[in-house]
Parts: sequence; structure tokens; C-alpha cells
Amino acid sequence: MRRFLLNLFRLGVKELWSLRHDPMMLFLIVYAFSAAVIFVSAGVKLEVSNAAVAVVDEDRSQLSARMIDALAPPFFKTPVIVAAEEVDRAMDVGRFGFVLHFPPDFEADVLRGRAPGLGLTIDATVMVQAGNGAAYVQSILLQEAATWLRQKGIEAQLPIVVTPRIWFNPNIEGRWFSSIMQLINSIVILSILLVGAAVIREREHGTIEHLLVMPVSAFEIALAKILANGAVLLLAVVLSMELVVRGWLGVPIAGSRALFLLGTTIFLFSTTALGILIATLARSMPQFALMSIPVFTTMLLLSGNMTPLESMPTVLQWAMHASPSVYFVQFAQGLLYRGATIDIVWKPLVVMAGLGAVFLTYATHRFHVMLSRSA
Amino acid sequence: MTPTAAAPVVVAGVTHRYAGTLALDGVSLAFAQGSSTAIIGPDGVGKSTLLGLVVGVRRLQRGEITVFDGSLRERAVRDAVAPRIAYMPQGLGRNLYPTLSVAENVDFHARLFGLDAAARAERIARLLEATGLDPFPDRLAGQLSGGMKQKLSLCCALVHDPDLLVLDEPTTGVDPLSRRQFWDLIDAIRHDRPTMTVIVATAYMDEAARFERVIAVADGRVVADGGLAEILAETGAATLEDAYRGLGRPPGAAPAEAFVMPPRVADHGAVAIEAEGLTRRFGAFTAVDHVSFRIEKGEIFGFLGSNGCGKTTTMKMLTGLLAIDEGSATLLGRPVDAADIGVRLRVGYVSQSFSLWEELTVRANLTLHARLYRVEEARVAGLIEENLVRFDLADHADAFPAALPLGIRQRLQLAAACLHGPEVLILDEPTSGVDPQARDDFWRRLAELSRRDGVTIFVSTHFMNEAERCDRISLMHQGRVLAIGTPADLTRAAGAPTLEDAFIRRLEEAEGPSQDPPAPSRSTAAPTPGATVPHSLASPSPTSRSAGRGRVAASVALVWAFARREGLEILRDRVRVSFAVFGSLLLLVLFAFGVSFDVENLPFAVHDRDRSIESGRLIEAFTGSRYFRERPPISDESEIDRRLVSGELRLVVTIPPGFGADLLNARRPEVGIAIDGANTFRAETVKGYVQGVVLNWAQRYVTEARGPGTSLGLPFDLRQRWAYNQAFVSVDAITPGVIMLLLVLIPSAMTAVGVAREREIGSIANFEASPASIVEFLVGKQLPYVAVGMVSYATLAATACLAFGVPFRGSWFALTFGALLYVFAATAFGLLVSTLVRTQVAAIMAAAILSVIPTINFSGFINPMSSIDGVARWMGLLFPASWFQTIAIGSFAKGVGVLDLLHCDLALAAFGIVFIAAAALVLKKQEA
Repeated sequence: MRRFLLNLFRLGVKELWSLRHDPMMLFLIVYAFSAAVIFVSAGVKLEVSNAAVAVVDEDRSQLSARMIDALAPPFFKTPVIVAAEEVDRAMDVGRFGFVLHFPPDFEADVLRGRAPGLGLTIDATVMVQAGNGAAYVQSILLQEAATWLRQKGIEAQLPIVVTPRIWFNPNIEGRWFSSIMQLINSIVILSILLVGAAVIREREHGTIEHLLVMPVSAFEIALAKILANGAVLLLAVVLSMELVVRGWLGVPIAGSRALFLLGTTIFLFSTTALGILIATLARSMPQFALMSIPVFTTMLLLSGNMTPLESMPTVLQWAMHASPSVYFVQFAQGLLYRGATIDIVWKPLVVMAGLGAVFLTYATHRFHVMLSRSA
Repeated sequence: MTPTAAAPVVVAGVTHRYAGTLALDGVSLAFAQGSSTAIIGPDGVGKSTLLGLVVGVRRLQRGEITVFDGSLRERAVRDAVAPRIAYMPQGLGRNLYPTLSVAENVDFHARLFGLDAAARAERIARLLEATGLDPFPDRLAGQLSGGMKQKLSLCCALVHDPDLLVLDEPTTGVDPLSRRQFWDLIDAIRHDRPTMTVIVATAYMDEAARFERVIAVADGRVVADGGLAEILAETGAATLEDAYRGLGRPPGAAPAEAFVMPPRVADHGAVAIEAEGLTRRFGAFTAVDHVSFRIEKGEIFGFLGSNGCGKTTTMKMLTGLLAIDEGSATLLGRPVDAADIGVRLRVGYVSQSFSLWEELTVRANLTLHARLYRVEEARVAGLIEENLVRFDLADHADAFPAALPLGIRQRLQLAAACLHGPEVLILDEPTSGVDPQARDDFWRRLAELSRRDGVTIFVSTHFMNEAERCDRISLMHQGRVLAIGTPADLTRAAGAPTLEDAFIRRLEEAEGPSQDPPAPSRSTAAPTPGATVPHSLASPSPTSRSAGRGRVAASVALVWAFARREGLEILRDRVRVSFAVFGSLLLLVLFAFGVSFDVENLPFAVHDRDRSIESGRLIEAFTGSRYFRERPPISDESEIDRRLVSGELRLVVTIPPGFGADLLNARRPEVGIAIDGANTFRAETVKGYVQGVVLNWAQRYVTEARGPGTSLGLPFDLRQRWAYNQAFVSVDAITPGVIMLLLVLIPSAMTAVGVAREREIGSIANFEASPASIVEFLVGKQLPYVAVGMVSYATLAATACLAFGVPFRGSWFALTFGALLYVFAATAFGLLVSTLVRTQVAAIMAAAILSVIPTINFSGFINPMSSIDGVARWMGLLFPASWFQTIAIGSFAKGVGVLDLLHCDLALAAFGIVFIAAAALVLKKQEA
């Protein structure tokens, strides 16, 4: 046992040296956990924010002007007044997500209580913004018109009082969500590529073969790669979490950070094991690149992170349960936003560990197959 | 193109350094036309550097080199003389592509030098015939034996009829028979083309002796230069090998003695290695065929044989790296078992190619070995120092192996294998490419190990003087042992004057009627024409090179040469092609349906503290909506928290006590709505839906309560029109974006390994020595991937329309044209990444990380470009993805035509051109 741990330590240190020797890799790791997280948290808005609105105003009245002014940041960009004939082309190339069309005599008709039609064209190809944005436009415009008319707003007319309270993120700050999303994405991409490519590289340089002549086992070699690269990434995650997510971006973390560390460790174990598994299936570096892309893009996009699992077709939901990222997203969202404790999030941790063990077992088996084939 | 009468190559005062280490120190030489010169010298004295400089693949630092009267400092001159030079870099088959066939390899080199179809066909046929490769033009280069590889390499080098032939240790690792055939071939070529100048670096002294002129280099300086006779006279040595030992020594120092193996004190009985009927098959091919031998403890047992005869396979079976198909083997009295760690501790192994860590220093490599082989920690430091001195590595202790010459790397491998004091050493061609002096030193150490420490040594070699030092040797051929015995016995039994002749005789007997041209006697100084080579190798029409063709046509031909080669390589790699095309298709299916912003069946629960008819009606409004799916109700306050935190519920509706009464009395009871805000998009959607449900319920309630005609008073009627996607179907909106995503990620990853891989493998030297420009090389490499990308595009677009039924409203021409520019830009991005990094690993990582973020986040795929600001917006605009997203969504959903997308096309074209231009600036055709 002592020998086993010692070998792991030696091989692990060697792994770290290899990594240190490639400044480009170090740069990429730093980038993925710092600048990338900041860019994505600043740029990705899944909530309605900065929506681009154009207005065709055929009324040019006081009311239409006030309603246009009501569509303001942060939800909307300052609306742009356009001519009717420009609308199609501008929407075609995606300049605006919404076009508001005031008909002639709009104000007069409102004053007469005729409830005139007000056109709102929505670019429905923009799934994240179209539905929620239209709801915002409607509620803001109704409120503004009511104020102008000195009437009660629609909410005040309801027979009940409804005050939706958003738990865990009361002001719907997208930054909280997208920063963690990118952090998870960076973990997935780097852990698979870093470890897998390290295996292929050792094979292409003949050093794996050399190792297997030495008094170390294939299992030790594989595990050392997992531990060393996993440790580097874990350190990167901790630094990113403390300095970038909490420090720079000021995202509050609801749950225990120690528990997050434990969960990340288990997740890294499963993804790095998966990376090794892919590497043993590929015969060369170009093949490895092409095999790993489908794996990590699927793990990113279908983890339930960006679009929840419950929106996917049932077959896909079922299939995605083989991906550790699904469990990590469940775990991370529960812990980081909702402040869940271990008694609530233990299940995903157990499943991730199980998946990791399965990947590693199969990878170790493939290791031998790969070596007898490569010769 | 008349050959220069004066010296075609003049080297004047050339000095070259690598990171402070002096490789060449003021070397001045001239090579006469039609002369043949051998360059000898210890490893790492600058032989390869000198040759690299002469052919122009290395950048001149100080001094001047003129080739065919032009200075190599000028690019124009380098390009102009490149077609007249042939260069074979060091290493087995370094200028070959293993997945291309024999004929395809030669064809590629011919195209590189602009030969037209007729010239190519004729030249390939003649060269293959002359080298005896003509029976298998379709065999893949990777499946050739070492000797055949070198012959093929030579064919490739000679295909354009060079006036200057430069060979860097062309016979390293090649068996004696193949070597002999190789040099006879060179002699024949020289005879047919007397004006051709030949410069060769070699580690074999018997080879050097065949040349008119021998130049010995040591420590970056020329220490001897002249005919063989002159050098022998000068040094007073009997053979060149002896003379060599005296060269480059400081004056006064006694020349090193030739090493003589001390006799073995036989220790009969104890057996170290025993093989019995050992057999290994690879598919239908039997690599090792019932091999049996017995090696005694302390014995030095040599393994000789032609390339690919099964030596390496046998050794790998003994080390447990390869499973034994049939027969048995014992090592130190125990059956060979890959899992037997105990035996591994007692064995040291050196593999044929360098297999230590390039990223660890010499010292770090040794330290790792010592520790893994369980040397006591206290002894490690001392042991390393001792071995650094013992194997003469002390000067290189902190160097990385990649920067060291072959000979020193081999010493490092041996040091690593011996560090733990093994009882058995298995050495697979440990001295290939090592200079004679260093090989003597190496054998001195082996002798010490064997004679003093009683280590059993099992070694394979191509050097006859090494074989002669073994206690016993085994001759192997085509997987079988031909003979075993002491070197003297074997020589005697074959009735041959030397062991080499005995060996070659046995091989020729075993081969039967030779497929190779009959080998003439070595002493033939000038072979008779036709007698050695069936056909003349000289070109009948010396100007068949397409010199007359226009610059543009020549350029196109070069691009096509690279493209064709890369294309063939891709087509041979089924895994890559199928992942590129079918992998994309699978991802399209997954993402088109999986990335969905349709919000339905949201799990919600009610905490009804009123339980009145009115509260029941309100709850019905929620359960009746397709957006919500009811979960078991909540019975007490604390449950709300727990079930939201666990992620089970997205929404909790709390109805206060007295709700019904308050409602009826218009006291406006307050209904609590708690929404899970972990996913912000979800939270907003739920909020909107809740408002919608409540509004509907309220409308109905008001109508019922106050009678028909009454309703909530709205000042205007917002008429929403859902443009482009009336049904608001996720698949229709997401699919074009998925195509956008796949057409950048996969093509860029494919090209990203391109240049980095050629650099790692070494085949980039072909380009460096060719007349092709950097742009021609890059674009040529890129085109096949553009083609793969377009096949993938066609598959994806067809699937989207036909299988998913995504409506297509725009112009197919606009989409396809845009896709072509997009794939061009994506592959160009991959190439740029590839030129910027050193390793393939870094290339893959960089391509993935740098492209994934702007593609998924800042392209308009998920959130619209129109609402992205600041740095993120620039990241999106400065990457091709966002522009093609406009084209894709415009063509599928919006019915936008070509003209309205022109600005996107222009942007994509600009990306492609800028990426390629940047890559061309970063990539250097010459090495340092």
C-alpha cells in the first residue's frame, strides 16, 4: 500500500513537470478559469437584458413617446425609431429582437377607450428572449399607459395581490448563473482534454510502454494522471471560485464551500477518468481530438445547466444520466444557489463517484488492449 | 539550368549556436561538382546542423553559404535552388507518410517539385524498379521494413533529379544487407549522373570509406579533411575506424584504444532467459515464429537480423509488453508474466526508439527511474551523480532530451535502464545512430556490467563489430532463428571471411531468389553501367521539371500536392472521417432536440391553507396549464424551503387562510408565489407564466362575478406577432445554430493538430526542403478539411430539412456559399492555432477553449448578438461564428437572400484570409 501511494506520488509529480513544461497549457488553464468566466458572466444574458427594440411610430403623440421612453435599460436598449420599410431588413439580419408599431391615432383611440391595437413583432428565433421579453414589453407598456391615463395599473385591478418572489436570486442577476455555468464548462473541457491528451502523448512518444516495463502497474499510471491533473484543476477551480466568482464578480455562494470542494473533487475524478477512457479508444492525437469534441460538447450543452433536463425528450433525459455533468450541475445548483446541505445533495455525489469508478475500470482494461494493439 | 562548373556548395566561416551552445564554429568548406563526401564525427558536433544549413532548412546565423552560386541568405535564392537539392533528414523514413502507399509517397514528392503527370509516372516506375520496390507500389509506407523505408526515402529524395544530394545518416537502424544494397544504389546513381554532388553524414566508418573525400568534424570544427588514404597517412592508422578514434583529441592526448571485449568467465548452468517455441501473430502476419533460445547468466547474447524480422517483437514479449500467442518464456527462472512486478525490478529495458520523457531534464528522468525502481531515498542523489559521470552525462544533466543528439539520448536511455542494478538488460538496438567512439564507450560499460557485475545482456544490433563482441549471437530472419552460436563459429560455418559476409550469405540463402538487385562486390569503385541497376536512374530529359509553366499554375500544382496528400491521409483514417461526418450528425440530433427553451411541465406544488372552493378554482388555473405539472401538495411551511432547495419544485403557490372569504369581499387577498431562481432564464419564464395564468383566472373571475361584458380595463390591445417561427418551436430556432456550432468546432479541431503534428513527427522537413511557399503549404493542408467540412455541412443541412422538417425559407446558394466561407475560416483558425503552439496537446486544447466560448456564448446561438455588449460583443464579432449564425438563421427561418447577407460573407472571407496570413507570418520555413 505504501508502495502504491509512493508510486502514485512519483508519477504524479512527473505529470506536473510535464504540465509545467508547456507554457501554452498553463496559459489556457488560467484563461479558462479567469478571463473566460468573467467574459461569459458579463456577456451571457439568459434573462431579459439589453433587448434591442425598434419602433415604428405613426402616431407621434405624447402617449407613444412616453411608452417608448418606458422601454429602458437594463431590460431594453434605448429603442430606435425606424421607418416602416426598414423593419424587415433590420429584423432579417438580427438587429432587433422586437419591433413596436404604433398605428396612427393611437393616443386618440386610447383616450376614447377604444383599446386600439398595438403591434409587437417578435423575432421568435431568439428563444431565450422572445417569450420573456414580450411579457416584459406588455407589462411595462400597460403600466406606463395606465399611469398616463391616471388609471390604476392592471395589477391593481386584479382581485388578488400577487407578488412573485424569486428565491435564491431575488433580482434575477444572470451573472450569478452564467459565471458558475462557465466554471463548470471549463472544468469539463479541460479535465477531459488535459488527461486524455497526456495519455496519447505518452503513447505517441513511447513513454507509456517504457513505464509498463518498470515496476508500476497500468492502474497506477492511469490513477496518477487523474490525481495530478485533477489536483491542478481543483486548485484552479478553488482560485477561480474565491478570486473570480466571489471576489471579482461578487456572486454570493449560498452553501458550504468545503462541500463544493468535495463535489468538485468527485466530479474531476469522473471526468478525468472519462478522458483516459477516450484516449485509450483513439489511435492518434487527431482521432482523440475528434472523439472528445462530441463528448464534451454534449456534456456542456445537455447537462441541464443551460436548458434544464426536464425540457429534453425523455430518451435523451435518460441517456444523459450516463454523464457526470448532469449530476454535477444538480449538485452545484443545489449547493451554490439554494444553499443545499449534504443530506440533500448526497445522491449526485454518489452517482458521480460510481460513474468515475466505472470509467476508470474500463479505461484500465482498455489500457492493456491498447498497448498490445499499438505494438 | 546548366550545372555550375565551379564548386556548387561553398561554406564560408559558418558559426551556429543553439541557445548558447556552439554547434558549428567558423566552418569553411567547398564541395566540388560531382564529388562525393562523407562527414563523420561524434554525436552532437554539428553534422546535422551543417547539412540542414546547406539545404536551407535551417536559418544561417553567421557566415555565408553559397549553393549553385546563390547566397542561401536570400529567400529568392533558396526557392530557386530548392528544386536542385534533395535532402533526406536523419531518422528512419522521416520524409515518408506512413499511411500513404509506396507509390503515393514518391508521387507526393514528385508533385512538390512540379513534375508533370507523364514525368511522374515514368520517374516513379524507374525509381521503384531500381530500388526493388516495384513489386509492392501499393503497400503502405508504415508497413515497410526499415531498409525498405530508407530505399523509399531515397526514391522520394531523388524523384526530381537533383544536382545536390544530401543524406543525413541514411542507414542508421538499417540491417547490413539493406545497407549494402542502399550504397550500391547510390553508387549506381552517381555513375549515371556524374555531375551530381553527394554529401552524406554517417556513423558507419566502412560506409565513409567508400567516399572520395572524408571530412571529420569535432566540437563544431573540421579536424580532418581529405581522401581516405590521406587521412590514414596523417593519423598513422590502419583503418578509418582507428583513425577516427584519434581525431578531434587534444594534441598530446593518447588516442583511445579500440575496445576489446574481455573474455567471459563461463558460469555454466544458471539460465537467465529461456524461450521455447515463442510465437506472436499480428492478424495474418506471423512476426515471431517458434523462436527458441537459452541465455545464460552473465552472458552477452546478440540478436542480429534484417529489419522487421521479429527481434523487437521477441524482446517485447520477454518484457511482458506483448502477450505470447504460443510457446513459453522464462525470465530469471520465472515464467514471463506482465503482472509480475518482482521480475520487472530485476530487468532493465531500452527500447528501439527514444522513450524517455522529453519534458523532463536528464537528471529528472534518472531521478524518476531511481524512485520508481525503489532505490532507497538516501541513495538516490548519490546514485544519480555516479551514473551521470559513469555514462558521461554530467555536462547535460540539466538539458532536456529533445535538445540532445541521438547518441547522448541513447546513453541516457542506457543509464536509466542500468540505474537500479538489474540482473538482466534487454537492449533493442541501443547504439543505432551513435558514433563509433560513443559505441565503444557504451560497450565498455556493457562489458563492465557483464564481466564484473554478472549482468545478463540481451542486445540487438546492426553493427557487425558489436555482434562480434557478443558471447553468442542469433541470426533472425522473417520471424525465425536461422542460426545460433559464437560469432567465430557462425563465420566459420558459413565459410565466409567476416561475420558480415556470413550474415549476408545466410540472409540471401533464406530469401531465396532475391527481389532486390544483386548486390555487387563492395570493392567496386565505379560500378559498370547497367550491371548494378536494371535501369538508368538519370532522367532522359533533364528539363522535365515544369519550369516553363506559369507561376500561378506552379503554385496551384503545389497547393494540390499538399492537398492531395493530406486528403489521402484523411481518407485512410476512417475513424476521423466518420467522427467528422457522422459524429456531427449525431450531435445535430442531440442538440436540436436537447437544447430546448420550450418550458413545459414545470414541477410545482401548492400550499393551500384555505381549502375553499375559491382556492380550488385558482389552483385549477395552474394545473390546467400545460406549463405546470402538479406535485404532491405542501402541508406545512418548512416543506416549502426543503422542496425548493432540493430542486424538486420550480414554483410554490401559497394560498393564505381566509382566501375565499377575502376574495368574495373584495379584500384582495395576497397569494404567495415562490420561484426557484437558480436558473435565471427559467425564473423569468415562470414569472411570466404565473402572471399569464393569474390574468386569465382574473378575467374569468371578473366576468363571472360582475356579469358578462365586464372585464379588466386595458387601455390598448397588444397584438403580438411571432415572426419567423410562429409556433415558437425550439427545434426550428435551435437547429441552424447547431449547424453553425458544429461547422466551426470540428473543422477547426481537425486542422489544429495539422502543423503541430507534422512538427512533432518531423515530416515538416519535406515542406522546408521543397520550393513551396508557406501559404501554399498551409492552404494545401487546409483544403481537404474544407472538403470534409462541406460534406458535413451537406449532411447536416439535409437532415435538418428532410428529417427534422425545419422550414427553409431562404436561398440555398446563400447558405452554401456562406458555409463554404465559414468552413474556410474555421479551418484557417485551426491552422493559426496549430502554428502558434508547440505540441499537439496544446493545439487541441487551445482550439477547443478558444473556439467554444465565443461560439456557444457570443454568436447569437443562445442569446442574441443585439443584446450583447462590451468585450463580449467584440469577442463575438471577432470570431466567425456570429456571422455565420446570421446567415444560417437568416436562410432557414427568415428567408433572407444572398444580397442581404453579403456583409456576412465579406466578414467570413476576411477571417479566412487574416487567419491564414497570420499563420503564414508565424510559421517559419527555416528552423533555427
